[in-house]
Amino acid sequence: MTSTASTSTASTTAAGHTRVPTARTPGSPGRLRAWATRAPLLPALIFMVVVTQLPFVATLVISFFDWNALYPDARSFTGFANYTEVLTDPDLRKSVLTTILLTASVVIASLVIGLGLALLLDRRFRGRGLVRTLLIAPFLLVPVAAALLWKHVLYNPEYGLFNGLLHWVGGDGASQPDWISNTPLLAIEASLVWQWTPFMMLILLAGLQSRDTELIEAARMDGANNWQVFRHLTLPHLRRYLELGALLGSIYIVQNFDAVFTITSGGLGTANLPYTVYQSFYQAHENGLASAAGVLVVIGSIIIATFALRVVSSLFREEVSR
Amino acid sequence: MKSPAKSPSKSPVKGRALGLVAWLAGILFFLPIAWMALTSFHSEQDAATNPPSLAASLTLDGYRDFFGAGGGASPWPSLINSAVASVVSTLFVLVLALPASYALSIRPVKKWTDVLFFFLSTKMLPVVAGLLPLYLFAKNTGLLDNIWLLVILYTSMNLPIAVWMMQSFLSEVPKAIIEAAQIDGARLPTILARVVAPIALPGIAATSLICFIFSWNELLFARVLSGVVAQTAPVFLTGFITSQGLFLAKVCAASLVISLPVLAAGFAAQDKLVQGLSLGAVK
Repeated sequence: MTSTASTSTASTTAAGHTRVPTARTPGSPGRLRAWATRAPLLPALIFMVVVTQLPFVATLVISFFDWNALYPDARSFTGFANYTEVLTDPDLRKSVLTTILLTASVVIASLVIGLGLALLLDRRFRGRGLVRTLLIAPFLLVPVAAALLWKHVLYNPEYGLFNGLLHWVGGDGASQPDWISNTPLLAIEASLVWQWTPFMMLILLAGLQSRDTELIEAARMDGANNWQVFRHLTLPHLRRYLELGALLGSIYIVQNFDAVFTITSGGLGTANLPYTVYQSFYQAHENGLASAAGVLVVIGSIIIATFALRVVSSLFREEVSR
Repeated sequence: MKSPAKSPSKSPVKGRALGLVAWLAGILFFLPIAWMALTSFHSEQDAATNPPSLAASLTLDGYRDFFGAGGGASPWPSLINSAVASVVSTLFVLVLALPASYALSIRPVKKWTDVLFFFLSTKMLPVVAGLLPLYLFAKNTGLLDNIWLLVILYTSMNLPIAVWMMQSFLSEVPKAIIEAAQIDGARLPTILARVVAPIALPGIAATSLICFIFSWNELLFARVLSGVVAQTAPVFLTGFITSQGLFLAKVCAASLVISLPVLAAGFAAQDKLVQGLSLGAVK
């Protein structure tokens, strides 16, 4: 952890591993052999560069232009004007805040609940496999279907399950709140926490099951209680898995489009950055502004990604040195 | 947890209670899906009652409506599009990722971790970062609303995950076997097909399932780049976003039918799923 200040240091330390004798087969003249070794990589590499990097470069270029798709002739270079506009536009600033709030709350809530469930499922009990399968199901629903389920089947103020249950319990006088209108962001967050908790649970369960059981037995022999074992053995061991879950969850939830698009269509102050970018070019046809917002999303993601790569590379190097 | 109790094996009551809590949590998480399934078999009138009617009679009307018997658009073209996009892109991913991960795991390339991290970093580039140029490109070349564009994009979306996953599976293939095959004069395609693939098959299958799931689920690319002809199943589902009133059973039937391939694939790959989603970092 401490030595991986950035990804570049990670790669230099990792470069040490490449000195491992590669060509042990007899009679291999260097250069040709090196190319033969690299060749299988090239199709995938070239494909990735063309399909993912080129469009981003184009986005970067467009972000410096004042370009509305409805007035293609009025296209002109404006420097950083789009960025200034994006950063000063209150709506866009709000969507930055929404994105941060949505991502942080969903990741934290699903991690905490996922940890609780993983601890429960780490124990032996009757029907454990079935419970695990039940728990995984939300993560396996198509995201749009999950969002529709929450929007129509659960939240609907007239015939949704939530209000149905309230009606059932409280009788005819029970309150029948309009969940999505009253707490729009919370409504989206709840559906995402429901979908992502199983993922966190699976990662943490894998972590729990890779614990050193002998160490735990030894600690118990020395009189450690459950809480002490959890606090001093389990939690430190789980740390890497918690980090991994948080970072992978962040990468996916920062980019969430399906739930925002389906449940509120970005209304009621729930538009996050991906939705805003989508809307500003797909509906408002503001190509320049949309691109600038897109570049800002990338910068935000790079910040998260640097942390993510640090965690993954530390996990990865541990595995390599094993 | 807090009570300084003995080890769980020594307190069966507590163990049973925690098992019960786990069961309750499982049921609670599954309840929305169970409710959706039940609703999909109700008539629209019964589906829309409040409080919910558990005793309502069951019918297949929701499913009949979904498949177009009620006069709505048929979901078949979009289901077929999704199947084509998911299956073909998964095949493309395999064709590109197998040699790449082979080069990365079995015959280490110089700076191989850098290459791995490059693949991973593309996964962290948000979709919206390249969406507009892709849209403009598609529009100008006439590729808009063409399923093959989605196939290409889904391939690029899943290739990094596949390379990461498979390089971890392929590292488990004993090098001695490969060297023996090389000495016998076998070339790369033969080695991949005859030696590596059979050993790494379970891992390759799991990788394929995960790529299939991600492609099947994808909405943003499909929403922006497909229209009528190349519409995929998730885009078809977005037609229900504003559905009001008497279409609840149909919405539920549609959501379940479209989720079915993913549910099946996901349950099949349960154990490998987390490994794939965590890019091979968790074993």
